[in-house]
Amino acid sequence: MSESQTATERVALNRQLAQMLKGGVIMDVTTPEQAHIAEEAGACAVMALERIPADIRAAGGVSRMSDPKMIKGIQEAVSIPVMAKCRIGHFVEAQVLQAIDIDYIDESEVLSPADDTFHIDKTQFNVPFVCGARDLGEALRRVAEGATMIRTKGEPGTGDVVQAVRHMRMMNAEIRRVQNLRTDELFEAAKQLQVPVDLVKYVHENGKLPVVNFAAGGVATPADAALMMQLGAEGVFVGSGIFKSGNPAKRAQAIVKAVANYTDAKLIAELSEDLGEAMVGINENEIALLMAERGK
Amino acid sequence: MGKKVAVLAVQGAFVEHERALSKLGCECVELRQGPDVRQPFDALVLPGGESTVQAKLLRELGMIDELHRRIADGMPVMGTCAGLILLAKTVEEGVPGAGDPTAEVVGGAVAPGAFGTLPVTVRRNAYGRQLGSFHAKAPFSDIEGDVPMTFIRAPYIAEVHEGATPLATVDGRIVAVRAGNQLGVAFHPELDDDLRIHELFVSLIG
Repeated sequence: MSESQTATERVALNRQLAQMLKGGVIMDVTTPEQAHIAEEAGACAVMALERIPADIRAAGGVSRMSDPKMIKGIQEAVSIPVMAKCRIGHFVEAQVLQAIDIDYIDESEVLSPADDTFHIDKTQFNVPFVCGARDLGEALRRVAEGATMIRTKGEPGTGDVVQAVRHMRMMNAEIRRVQNLRTDELFEAAKQLQVPVDLVKYVHENGKLPVVNFAAGGVATPADAALMMQLGAEGVFVGSGIFKSGNPAKRAQAIVKAVANYTDAKLIAELSEDLGEAMVGINENEIALLMAERGK
Repeated sequence: MGKKVAVLAVQGAFVEHERALSKLGCECVELRQGPDVRQPFDALVLPGGESTVQAKLLRELGMIDELHRRIADGMPVMGTCAGLILLAKTVEEGVPGAGDPTAEVVGGAVAPGAFGTLPVTVRRNAYGRQLGSFHAKAPFSDIEGDVPMTFIRAPYIAEVHEGATPLATVDGRIVAVRAGNQLGVAFHPELDDDLRIHELFVSLIG
């Protein structure tokens, strides 16, 4: 079927898959067993990676795309979509992930960037891409490059939600500002944001990004996840927060239910009981490497 | 008078359904947990998303029994993609090859659907992973001209059992059925501007 599909159609289909993930939780997993636990707990997709961000941060060194064999093992283990990360600008890692039939590629700042200037030209691919963004300009630049889903960058592997909150608030504040501009002011806004004017026009008219926007980075508790949803996230990525905690299955389920009922404080209170040890985490001001600064 | 339609809103593309239904003058209520399903409404929409997640939350948030009872009592229900899987009497896993987009999807484990009220066998992930997603246009029973159809990691209807009538096929696969008050489609009418599938559904409300 793909032979007859146009690039525009592919973009539409890839944005539409992200729409199906909305209201859901995407969980980082490193083994088929973890993937199975995540699916059972109600993950709407899993992110296959060799080491979770907290371990990447602890280990240091260059961090790359995962072994395709490991990714295939996870594809065999679950029936939900399987995502995987490639390095920023590493279009060959992306080609490899497309060749193994991945459902979504995350061009991710969590891995070591392969290119300090250029992101991948994602319009050249049939598989969809999700990219991180800290503000509206970054989000729309990624969309212009072909990303069909956006997530906040947060600060992966820390268990500290502060950056995800900052990015989500920043993005939504800028969206509201663009909405309130006069139409003759949109050209200057496009210049300031360093993005194509038609994307600015879309935001002006619709009051939202042209693609689905998830929260990512530092989400460790059901309340963290619900906070991001109340701040306007359409779903949540949880990385280290689950499999670095005392009882991953229980915590994962609690986060899934909290996202589905993110305004019900009473239910979130119940869900937050007896979850065992949360990941210890690192405060933002204690870390030497800010991954969110990678790739603007 | 506007009809009151409940939309399962635990995960997936439920807002898109609400938008389409609002355009047709319906009032929408979101079902997120047990107490929500005990209010009065005239019809139910089960949206696209991940059927595994939706089935789990339907059960664990205390919604499935009451909704099952209402469907069995004849309340109109429409399931799209994941929603069709929830309704199906039998669900067969489609297993795409791992790491190979050209591999044929083979049949896997068979289990009852979450509601199991629609007399069909549905095959999940029947077209493979995301690279197998596609758009099509095809005739739909009692609708004039072709209907745009968006298939995202879609299922299809592998077998139609007694009481269900096929309404549309694409490439020889059945992608829509009706059985009395139940409408099941493998694609996503909520993602296209064409409102005729929703109109058909609303017309089932007495």
